[in-house]
Amino acid sequence: MIRRTFLFSLLLAFGVLRLPIETALSEQYRTEYFQRTVLGLELRDRIGQLGFLAALSGFRSLVADLLFIEAHVAWERTEWGRVYLLFHQATTLQPRSVRYWEMAAWHMAWNASVAMQHDRALPNDTVRRQAGRTYIALGKDFLERGIRNNPDRPQLYEALARLYREKLQNHLAAAGCYSQAAALPGAPEYVKRFAAYELSYAPGHEQEAYAALCRLYNKGERQRLPTLIQRLKTLEEKLDIPLHQRIPGRQM
Amino acid sequence: MLETRHRPFSLGRIVSLTANTFTELIRLKIFYFLLIFALLLIGSAVFMARFSFQEEFQVLKDVSLGAMSIFTSLLAIVATAQLLPRDLEERTIYTILAKPVPRYEYLIGKLAGVLLLLALSILAMSALFFAVLFIRQQMLISETLRATADLPSEQVQATLHRLQAAAFNANLAPGIVVIYCKAALLAALTLFVSTFSSSNIFTVVVMVFVYFIGHLQATARLYWLQDHAADWLSKGCFALVALVFPDLQHFNLIDDVVAGTAIPLGLFAQTAMLGWVYVSIYLFFAWVAFHGREL
Repeated sequence: MIRRTFLFSLLLAFGVLRLPIETALSEQYRTEYFQRTVLGLELRDRIGQLGFLAALSGFRSLVADLLFIEAHVAWERTEWGRVYLLFHQATTLQPRSVRYWEMAAWHMAWNASVAMQHDRALPNDTVRRQAGRTYIALGKDFLERGIRNNPDRPQLYEALARLYREKLQNHLAAAGCYSQAAALPGAPEYVKRFAAYELSYAPGHEQEAYAALCRLYNKGERQRLPTLIQRLKTLEEKLDIPLHQRIPGRQM
Repeated sequence: MLETRHRPFSLGRIVSLTANTFTELIRLKIFYFLLIFALLLIGSAVFMARFSFQEEFQVLKDVSLGAMSIFTSLLAIVATAQLLPRDLEERTIYTILAKPVPRYEYLIGKLAGVLLLLALSILAMSALFFAVLFIRQQMLISETLRATADLPSEQVQATLHRLQAAAFNANLAPGIVVIYCKAALLAALTLFVSTFSSSNIFTVVVMVFVYFIGHLQATARLYWLQDHAADWLSKGCFALVALVFPDLQHFNLIDDVVAGTAIPLGLFAQTAMLGWVYVSIYLFFAWVAFHGREL
């Protein structure tokens, strides 16, 4: 009995000693933007008891994969509500997988929203349009949450920019997202160009866009792509740039 | 006549005990689980071929590393739990300890045998995993080259670069090392539990509970240290869990490795070091418990 009490005291003493080390390590993990998943009761309700147990035993990522596969099957069956729910669970369990956020947003804003606009089961066009807009908003929400969880990854800013450009026709917001993506390490070279293109479509920002496009143009042949030249020429006309300051080539 | 002086610590004795334990474990034919692992790998690779290469590689890595984690953890618990009861049942422990073999050497040798077995298992699983990953990557590269034959070389290179980045990343190897550290921790803890447990089954059951609670330890610690609203009873329970159980969540870095998070090597090193501190301390506790046990 004495030995057992002594052993238990040793165990507690070791616990006290390692407490600051473990707390500091956990804090370090959190500041590095990973291990952010909180396994609360809300998640248990959403992924079921078995999934929750698997997540608790260190198979968070594996459960997220299974949910992703299930979401893929639901997409093939065009069960949009289920697709949303499953992606919500998968992204909660594995918030660091950019692919899940991207796919979730794509299914919502592109596939589900278009499907809603053509859904004959809905009573009229107004309801269809409204349903379509709701799914676009859900897609946007996925990307925004994805960015909050992965502020260091350029892919999600890029995806949000695409959504602003193609689904919401908000070129200024799209330009902002492309610029944010361009500022991050690992961003593809074209995002800087895309930011300038989008800015050139934003009313009231022509001068700013013209300056950005000129900067890119002056970087050399590699940047002088047909779209960039076409956007520059359009802005030269719009801003009435003096002829001697315009880029060489056929006038529009 | 030449008289050999008894040394209180002998590496030779420990190596003999390690080799003996390792041979005993090998005879149990536990390497059959590698067959299940291989089937799981090939199955998931074939099944996921219908998805994009990023998804395929992500699932393949999740399944493989998840399986590695569960197999090594199970192996660590089950293999260690039967060491002492088996020696007691077969009475080999009496033969060993009747000779001038200190009990701590006996425990170190037993644990080292299990750690060697775990190292071999994880090496074999890693080799299988990397082989399947490499084969799938090569297959996809040749498919991509065929499909993009008419595209400019810059675009083809960019696609190939994305494909290679999706398959292999530098963090995979340290991630596997951390899985090994977790298994080593569980083995040491199982050895400690088995020094005072009454049966093999009791040890395994206790360790299964420890495994689950260990993954919740971080949450308990967080509530204990930060939740000011909780009553003293709840706080006491949280404190007990936080102080008694090891934090196994620290060793689940593979989730983030697969998701593509760039984990600094220093953090891997700190986690591995924490794992070995646990192993040493639990081994010491096992010795304290075993030291005074009447055999």
